[in-house]
Amino acid sequence: MQMRFFLLASLMLASLAQSAHAASEMTGAGSTFVYPIISKWADAYKKETGNSMNYQSIGSGGGIKQIQSKTVDFGATDMPMKSEDLAKDDLVQFPLINGAVVPVVNIAGVEAGKLKLSGTVLADIFLGKIKKWNDVAIMEMNKGMKLPAQDISVVHRSDGSGTSFIWTNYLSKVSSVWKTKPGEGTAVNWPVGVGGKGNEGVASFVKQIDGSIGYVEYAYAMQNKMSFVQMKNKDGQFVEPNLESFKTAADGGDWATAKDYYLILTDAAGKKSWPIAGSTFILMHKTQENPEQAKHVLGFFQWAYKKGSSMAQELSYVPVPGKVIAMIEKTWKTEIKTKEGKAIALP
Amino acid sequence: MRSYGVRGSKIFTERFLAQRIQKLRWIDVLFKSVTLFFALLVPGTLIAIVYALYIGALPAIQKFGWNFLRSSSWDPVASQFGALVPIYGTIVTSAIALAVAVPISFGIALFLTEISPLFLRTPLGTAIELLAGIPSIIYGMWGLFVFAPFLAKNFQPWMHAQLGELPLLGNLFQGPPMGIGMLTAGLILAIMIIPFISSVMRDTFLIIPVMLKESAYGLGATQWEVIWRVVLPFSKQGVAGGIMLGLARALGETMAVTFVIGNAHDLSVSLFSPGSTISSTLANEFTEAVGDLYTASLIELGLILFLITFIILALAKLLLLRLKKREGAFQ
Repeated sequence: MQMRFFLLASLMLASLAQSAHAASEMTGAGSTFVYPIISKWADAYKKETGNSMNYQSIGSGGGIKQIQSKTVDFGATDMPMKSEDLAKDDLVQFPLINGAVVPVVNIAGVEAGKLKLSGTVLADIFLGKIKKWNDVAIMEMNKGMKLPAQDISVVHRSDGSGTSFIWTNYLSKVSSVWKTKPGEGTAVNWPVGVGGKGNEGVASFVKQIDGSIGYVEYAYAMQNKMSFVQMKNKDGQFVEPNLESFKTAADGGDWATAKDYYLILTDAAGKKSWPIAGSTFILMHKTQENPEQAKHVLGFFQWAYKKGSSMAQELSYVPVPGKVIAMIEKTWKTEIKTKEGKAIALP
Repeated sequence: MRSYGVRGSKIFTERFLAQRIQKLRWIDVLFKSVTLFFALLVPGTLIAIVYALYIGALPAIQKFGWNFLRSSSWDPVASQFGALVPIYGTIVTSAIALAVAVPISFGIALFLTEISPLFLRTPLGTAIELLAGIPSIIYGMWGLFVFAPFLAKNFQPWMHAQLGELPLLGNLFQGPPMGIGMLTAGLILAIMIIPFISSVMRDTFLIIPVMLKESAYGLGATQWEVIWRVVLPFSKQGVAGGIMLGLARALGETMAVTFVIGNAHDLSVSLFSPGSTISSTLANEFTEAVGDLYTASLIELGLILFLITFIILALAKLLLLRLKKREGAFQ
């Protein structure tokens, strides 16, 4: 009897010891925008370390709710949380990856990348003030181009989305009228236009409706060979959307002075910088009840910053600049603590 | 000794029987309460859902009151919410769907039961029932990529030219023909509910006693007269039931509508212009709704949809009762 008990106990101990060595499972939820890159990273990370990451792309709002109720290890949101809201829930926030949004058009006779627009004109189009493609304001910027006397059909996202947040944040920065009336947010009260569900919904509406203009994530515009637009940036230069102009925008961001990394990369300074870009932010609790788990999660992000940037670029994301990564790692050390107040040791 | 044995066995039998009866009664009670529990499960869930919706919607109900039903503004940034646009969109798209689907389904059911040659009945009936099995997202994608462009290029310009000039009614057909909007959503819904309505109608037509029809034919009635005077009055209840089933489905349909309705929170008379329904608004905005009031307003929309469905089903039941009463008066 005693012998049997001893055997059983040792078996149990052995299995316990084994589970401590076994791969850990991390969970996250939120932004749909980062889902493709997080799942790609998770795949590669699992092959390398054996640790698996389970990310549910339920939307930024859902991600915030999940991390508030502590059902996941981290949340991901495209719209950064304000400092007072972060403090209320004892959360820390940092950017994971950047992405860009591009305006796409469908005008007969206008080639991809040829049409030039400024932020104010774009805002007036989306406010319904500029109604026709041959409006003086558009013609002025596109001398020599034949623009039809066609009605402009505006296409926007119907679902709440980070893409809409970046877009409306940009329009709010360049137009005071936009700032007061529709304002910025993942969903706003659009003055004109039709709403498509998701990037694919907007893309297919723009393709179908003659004389339409909409906005999609850069990767989506490229994959679908959509007719993008050149934008006038803060320095008054017209730039094309490409990885270089996105990088310039990301590098130009003044992350050092932005409290809690509350910074949206729209209307960024720099001659070559693309004006409509933003980041996805990770949310984690400042006090970690399970330090071991927190170590794994931070380890994943550390790996993603160091080794994941080429994968990100393949998917048309823009990696966080090196100097910002150093700042984020410092933030981890000073802000994320165990219950006893010790910093989490990174692997 | 013998008598004792007889008495003993009698007592034994009685006791045994009593025990059995006791046991059976016990099983009876158990069976009754289990079935009662199952029967109460559905209304219980119903009440629980309504209660949960009410609790969830409470912040919005307290903030906006009845204004929620009257206001057409939907502004997440300023936290101003009103349900008029989605309610209007829900009712209009369902009305279009019924207006198109009921006559077509009626025709289908009549053809399949009365007119079609026998060898065609089974394959045609199966084909229509298969339509009911297609997931709604497929209808949505088909609607977006195939049906909407077709409408925009062919059907809508024609409607605009033919009907746009009419006084009053012409207002329904104004605006640019984009192929996306309430008309398209209504037509897609019609296609989706046809199999439901037509198969219920067909089944009710099938149970009409052959003798009734044969007698009518015998009296020299034409096929149309038999259908109008015998088949239809006999199957009124089933037909109404089928229509209600279709309507309930049209009111709640989400995915297909979301794809083609255009999802704009504008109140517009024109059927060509984009709108939104209650369920499409929920599908679009629930995941990213941040803030208590926003979420509460969306939940209140859900509660309203629930009430609309409930009212319509109740009205349908009342209608059926009145129809039955009139029948009684005739007899």
